[in-house]
Amino acid sequence: MSSSLPVRRFDAIVVGAGGSGMRAALELARANLKVAVLTKVFPTRSHTVAAQGGIAAPLANSTEDNWHWHMYDTVKGSDYLGDQDAIEYMCRRANEVVIELEHMGMPFDRLENGKIYQRPFGGHTQDYGSAKMAMRACAVADRTGHAMLHTLYQQNVRANTQFFVEWMALDLIRDPQDGAVIGVTALEMETGEVALFQGKATLFATGGAGRIYAASTNAFVNTGDGLGMAARAGIPLQDMEFYQFHPTGVYGAGVLITEGVRGEGGYLLNKDGERFMERYAPNAKDLASRDVVSRAMTTEIKEGRGCGPEADHVMLKLDHLGPEVINQRLPGIREIAIKFANADPIREPIPVVPTVHYQMGGIPANYMGQVVVPEAASQEAIVQAFYAAGECSCVSVHGANRLGTNSLLDLLVFGKSSGEQMIKDIRALPRPQRNLPKGAGDASRARLARLDSASAGERVAEVGADLRKAMQAHCGVFRFPDELVKGVEKIKEIAARAQRTHIQDKSKVFNTARIEALELDNLVESAMSTVVSAQARKESRGAQARADFPERDDANWLKHTLWYKEGNRLAYKPVHLKPLTVETFEPKVRTY
Amino acid sequence: MDRVARDRLKWKCRRGLLELDLVLERYLGDNPEDAELSALLDLPDNDLWDIVSGRSERYDARFAGIVARLRAS
Repeated sequence: MSSSLPVRRFDAIVVGAGGSGMRAALELARANLKVAVLTKVFPTRSHTVAAQGGIAAPLANSTEDNWHWHMYDTVKGSDYLGDQDAIEYMCRRANEVVIELEHMGMPFDRLENGKIYQRPFGGHTQDYGSAKMAMRACAVADRTGHAMLHTLYQQNVRANTQFFVEWMALDLIRDPQDGAVIGVTALEMETGEVALFQGKATLFATGGAGRIYAASTNAFVNTGDGLGMAARAGIPLQDMEFYQFHPTGVYGAGVLITEGVRGEGGYLLNKDGERFMERYAPNAKDLASRDVVSRAMTTEIKEGRGCGPEADHVMLKLDHLGPEVINQRLPGIREIAIKFANADPIREPIPVVPTVHYQMGGIPANYMGQVVVPEAASQEAIVQAFYAAGECSCVSVHGANRLGTNSLLDLLVFGKSSGEQMIKDIRALPRPQRNLPKGAGDASRARLARLDSASAGERVAEVGADLRKAMQAHCGVFRFPDELVKGVEKIKEIAARAQRTHIQDKSKVFNTARIEALELDNLVESAMSTVVSAQARKESRGAQARADFPERDDANWLKHTLWYKEGNRLAYKPVHLKPLTVETFEPKVRTY
Repeated sequence: MDRVARDRLKWKCRRGLLELDLVLERYLGDNPEDAELSALLDLPDNDLWDIVSGRSERYDARFAGIVARLRAS
């Protein structure tokens, strides 16, 4: 490792070109800073494109609304694990970031009076949880994420943001003196060469790690790269046990079947043909909230009433609705069922299973995007020059459970606030760039050298598949103590196998096998943090449902989990119950 | 098609939508060297999915062959 890596210097490095990365980059580029955005795939192919529902903002265009009601809904939705200062901050800036996006050219759906049309969405209410829904979701038909990505990309091109497309960031570089972040190493897929990107500020906006589960709605790119890089660099990961499950993903594929199907009268069946939701939720039945339905489905499967040769899924029946309702009111559903389940829902039920959808945990950050870690007397000491936003971060506004349409809002608000904070910090720096520490980039080169020299070993695809299977079996919707213990052991074994992976073709130029091997390292850190955190949290809260501890336990567990790679250990820190300017919303039993 | 061209095509099939990841992975498994696929992959994710799933017939005539093959796969 004698020769040093080529160095590229910028004011700011942004890793990831989804909604939050591009919103931050735009802020930075408009301040005339030199910005590099690194991304594995072309920016408009980021997973933000899959977001359909909309962006929550209390514009009050259709119903009475205000940020304090939105804040209440978000705190309650989080099952009180969300930090109330960050939630207040997000809700107070929601209107501003949506209107800005409108001015950038985002083609929002409109009311007849020309204002942005807003639709109702689950969990969003008027008057602090009253029965009246708030119309709060701003949307562009069913492709809000798509429109948002394209709008932000065009604005960035105009502002001279420099995109490094098909570059994969490998490792975080920190100054051993004080832990400050100096940049990242990254691999250019085209050449296979590694370079060091040095910045006065570095933002991770790398998205979630939903691909650690066999049943996932996430696109293949969501391998938790930022989480892996942070964990390897000694940064803890927060609240990783909390993943939101969607009840109806197509069995074996993960593709979402919208809640609208059950809204139109579709219902779930077990292997005996029983409409089992009647037992779990006699009133709401199949329209009970996502976590209730997911838990009921899992219980049916666990107790041997699942369908198919493996008895590992249930059926979603909608043929009784008739072809007209299916074709006209549920567009796209028939195509998805035929394509991915080989079942035409006009004639037969669709096999479905609760499916991982969104990661609430991530890299601990405050509402200005600054990454914070326990250090000496402080629970939240700032890691200099390091920021995180979007699904890879844990700010924490979603706590133990995210409300629909709050994810796109999170991307916009904290993408922007991170950008603003980075500008401030860059301008206040006493010196232009730090000296690179000796050995910067060695860790990445060692990872690559191991892969290049291994003449035999584990196959990347097999280890990845085993990881996903283990997470699905042992750390799913409903968490059983014995399963969690087994899960931790299995992931440890898989982590050891991931250290011995081997690729046939060692060539450098555009070698996707090499990329997939590097991604596996990140999946391993993400899975380990999730299963270890879940095993330790002895309560049920939001998305964490323990069979042995079915109740929320505020006396012992109203706290954030921090997982450290080193020693595979856990620590905890308090939830911010105090908002910025208003009274605390005290924890109450969560009913809808 | 050489290894690099195949890998380049494979990476272009990494999409923002899981629906496309799955369809394209399946198709590439059987047809790892379909050069016609590459230009189609320049379309935005949602437009491409509408075409592949048969919800939209609005696409350039030069894509007729590859669209038919993708739909049939």
